[in-house]
Amino acid sequence: MNIDSNAYRNWQLEVDGAGLAWATLDKAGETTNSLSSEVMDELASILARFDSEPPKGLIFRSGKSAGFIAGADIQEFTRLDTPAKGIALVERGWQLFNRLAAVSYPTLALVRGHCLGGGLELALACRYLLVVDEPATRLGLPEVMLGIVPGWGGMLRLPGRIGPQAALDMMLTGKALDAKRAKRLGLADDCVPARVMDNAAALLIVADQPRRRPPVLQRLLNGPLKRLVAGAARKQVARRARVEHYPAPYAIIDIWEKYQGNALAAPELIDSIVRSPTARNLVRVFFMQERLKGFGKASTFQAKRVHVVGAGVMGGDIAAWCALRGLTVTLQDQGMERIAPALQRAYAAYSKRLKDPRELRDVMDRLIPDPEGHGAKSADVVIEAIFENLDAKRALLEQLDAVIKPDAVLATNTSSLRIEELSSGLGRPGRLIGIHFFNPVANMPLVEVVAGEGADTEILARGTAFVKQIDRLPLPVKSAPGFLVNAVLGPYMLEAMRAVDEGLALETVDEAMLAFGMPMGPIELVDMVGLDIAMAVGKSLAGADAEPPRCLLERFNAGQLGKKSGRGFYEYRQGKAAKGVPGRVPAGLAERLVAPLLERTQQLVNDGIVADADLADAGVIFGTGFAPFTGGPLNYLRNRNV
Amino acid sequence: MGFQPVYVVDGARTPFLKGRNAPGPFSASDLAVQAGRALLIRQSFAASDLDEVILGCASPSPDEVNIGRVVALRLGCGHKVPAWTVMRNCASGMQALDSAMANIQNGRAQLVLAGGVDALSHAPLLYSPAMVRWFALMMQAKTIAQKAGVFAKLRPAQLLSPVIGLLKGLTDPNIGLLMGQTAENLAWRFGISRHDMDQFSVASHQRAVAARAAGHLGEIVPLLDVQGTVYGEDDGVRADANLAGLSRLKPFFDRRYGRVTPGNSSQISDGAAWLILASQAAVDKWRLEPLGRITDSQWAALDPAQMGLGPVHAATPILQRNGLALADVDLWEINEAFAAQVLGCLAAWESDEYCRQQLDLPAAFGSLPRARLNVDGGAVAVGHPVGASGARIVLHLLFALRAAKARRGVAAICIGGGQGGAMLVESIS
Repeated sequence: MNIDSNAYRNWQLEVDGAGLAWATLDKAGETTNSLSSEVMDELASILARFDSEPPKGLIFRSGKSAGFIAGADIQEFTRLDTPAKGIALVERGWQLFNRLAAVSYPTLALVRGHCLGGGLELALACRYLLVVDEPATRLGLPEVMLGIVPGWGGMLRLPGRIGPQAALDMMLTGKALDAKRAKRLGLADDCVPARVMDNAAALLIVADQPRRRPPVLQRLLNGPLKRLVAGAARKQVARRARVEHYPAPYAIIDIWEKYQGNALAAPELIDSIVRSPTARNLVRVFFMQERLKGFGKASTFQAKRVHVVGAGVMGGDIAAWCALRGLTVTLQDQGMERIAPALQRAYAAYSKRLKDPRELRDVMDRLIPDPEGHGAKSADVVIEAIFENLDAKRALLEQLDAVIKPDAVLATNTSSLRIEELSSGLGRPGRLIGIHFFNPVANMPLVEVVAGEGADTEILARGTAFVKQIDRLPLPVKSAPGFLVNAVLGPYMLEAMRAVDEGLALETVDEAMLAFGMPMGPIELVDMVGLDIAMAVGKSLAGADAEPPRCLLERFNAGQLGKKSGRGFYEYRQGKAAKGVPGRVPAGLAERLVAPLLERTQQLVNDGIVADADLADAGVIFGTGFAPFTGGPLNYLRNRNV
Repeated sequence: MGFQPVYVVDGARTPFLKGRNAPGPFSASDLAVQAGRALLIRQSFAASDLDEVILGCASPSPDEVNIGRVVALRLGCGHKVPAWTVMRNCASGMQALDSAMANIQNGRAQLVLAGGVDALSHAPLLYSPAMVRWFALMMQAKTIAQKAGVFAKLRPAQLLSPVIGLLKGLTDPNIGLLMGQTAENLAWRFGISRHDMDQFSVASHQRAVAARAAGHLGEIVPLLDVQGTVYGEDDGVRADANLAGLSRLKPFFDRRYGRVTPGNSSQISDGAAWLILASQAAVDKWRLEPLGRITDSQWAALDPAQMGLGPVHAATPILQRNGLALADVDLWEINEAFAAQVLGCLAAWESDEYCRQQLDLPAAFGSLPRARLNVDGGAVAVGHPVGASGARIVLHLLFALRAAKARRGVAAICIGGGQGGAMLVESIS
């Protein structure tokens, strides 16, 4: 066969001696592969040429080290202003992949690294799917997280391949599978080390054995018993997302159940999704997230060693997170007994995440208890996370300043003290920055990178790169009480407690905000933060003379400090708040409670604490869980006023 | 060319944890990693700056036979630092130091992490050869009938009486004596009474307790398990050890008629000890402040049935070479495998007959003042994780010399199979 390997901008096509065609996707001008319209047009022409001259088999693989295919080109989503364009987009992939699925010769997707969204839909349209056993190999359909549906055959083929329960779980949560799990669930035909992947791909496709079919029960559930599965899935989704906020997961269930996974058969559903502000807002949130990640690329700084002082909940969890992300961490506190609980907590958390005992052992080896603080002198990043006391922190920072490497990042995790006050005793006050994590560290994606007056820009860039390095989203903020996240949460929680003082039930107040789309009610949030912290933060934000809400003061005085003490506003059993049934939510309550948050966010943008409205929205979403479908507080305010 | 001194930059060990008839909380490599990483973070160089890692281990588990390399990688030395494991029974840790010195002296290395480890509580139970043959038959059986036939041949008694790996390790394979029986030989030969042994053992515990109270065990870094339990001290040391209590214990090795009991023997323990050894060039390059220097070393061999006298045979030539008498050495560490064995060494040096016959000396070599020997207790109280002990006594000797503001010390150890090792060290204050 005669192949001009330069015939395509994004694909390289070769036919080997055995007559197998290898189509390598190497998208022009990008570091990751995505399925832009050009890439898909070229794929269509590849299929067309093979129609007349079929190869022995066709193997798809990636020319990028980053992974297989990351999904559709999300930039193209932003141009979907009419329903017709939405339908055209779905049609393009649905028909192309149907065509791929119907070719006469065997096809195989060799998946190494990420294989997401449209990438997995392409792989599903191949007869065989081979995964490479590496940690970076992840297969998923995360469309729902952008408020859209996997319309290029995912809803049709994934349930048929692995059964509808596992498939709906993947499509409704957006969770990805690793290579081993993909094999176990029957998504992949085999899972092999990279060293034999090419050979395995060739052998599988030449053998051309019939695929293993899913078990009978799964076939029944994907056929006559669909209604059972759909009903259960709807209930599950309803527990996490309301249909008025998030239409996409409900549409996925409908399209699978009633339209054989063909979104084109339900144009009204595509229409509603394309037009809904949710998808637009979620796509916007996605780009804001990319923007936050981008801040970390301003410096090439790569930390190897981190030193954390303070093995309390925050310090211990920061240290554990850094070790999990591959850094060697020394954790300092006064004596081994203080450090031990942090390591115990880390081990428990790692055990849930890491299945390989060697990986578990290695990460524990990297988390080094250091009661005498020897690790500070060789660390690239030094983080102070002791209790919120100005004098203690100042003394500690001065000690650290004297021993750490001259170019090391020196950071404080303070949430309420001013960077300038902490740094004034240092040789170079500008070297201290804030790196402010949120609790629980492993679940909260945002980290505020705080610039005090006269902060060293190089240290800031390094600190930001470090946050990116450990897979958190860095948000640059200026030094001000509460920075962004706590500053906007304070007045919001205060207003909620005022409502309680006025006689509303705790559950009713929380319900108002859950209905608004918050992940947690404000009263439960106070319990989570701790009533003592709420008292202290209230004072630092509102001034020492401000009168705290009665409901807060009474409980604080009674020693009810929140979740950590087993009782705050709610009582906690096995870590869960014991909540009663909420009362009827008074009209306008949510608007009233959220108003101070919106107002404060705008104020902080006006004051330049955060650079612009988009960043403020991103910070509040990723730092507080503020209803993502709204696109953030300021976006919400803008749309509401339109 | 004379012996080029090698610097001991620093060192650390785990607490020694007494074996309690079940696997302890840490594997051998866990022990070596926890002591090693605590030691390395306080250095001015990184783990990857080491030229090599040498670890002595008498009984590495089957999944980490070259435990030195396993530990080096776990310590973050990186792929490019070579690491190996040495085995000389009870002196494996001392052998690691000696091998490190040799490589430093001949210029192959400048900076070496060397030490010893054993987790004796993890010693395996083994199948007897008869059971192994049964398994082989079972593997060959193809049909169910054949398998049933082989199964019928199984003798449950064989299955339920495994070979105790630890006991094998503590038995001399050439002469079939348990180590404790070689100690009985010395007690018999030199007329060491049960009372003397027990008194020596009480003193070992008392000295260990006093050393702990005085803060003289600075080489210990605590262990931490994944349940958050901190192990800060050698847990076999008994503040309440006394003659009356020890005298009630039954002889273990010659059960009815012997004198050596578990109470006057070293304890079977889990533990690790490390030292960082450096050349003059490495000391200068990294601006190190060494604890001291190893200025001589010696290995010797003797009748396996008298293995406990190994320290006499190894230490005597060092003293002779350096023109020293026993009393010219400020502090001594002789590993306490058995109270009878240490007392046997002292008696041998004081014996005209032994010194003439065995050491080619004209008369007795002399007396070693007890006040200078094992001043902070020994393996009877602290424990004897076989591979670690040789490194522990050299390390502790340097700490003890510094505490006593003294200069010269000798550490010596007896070795199952009939050998002895000794090192001469000098403190740098």
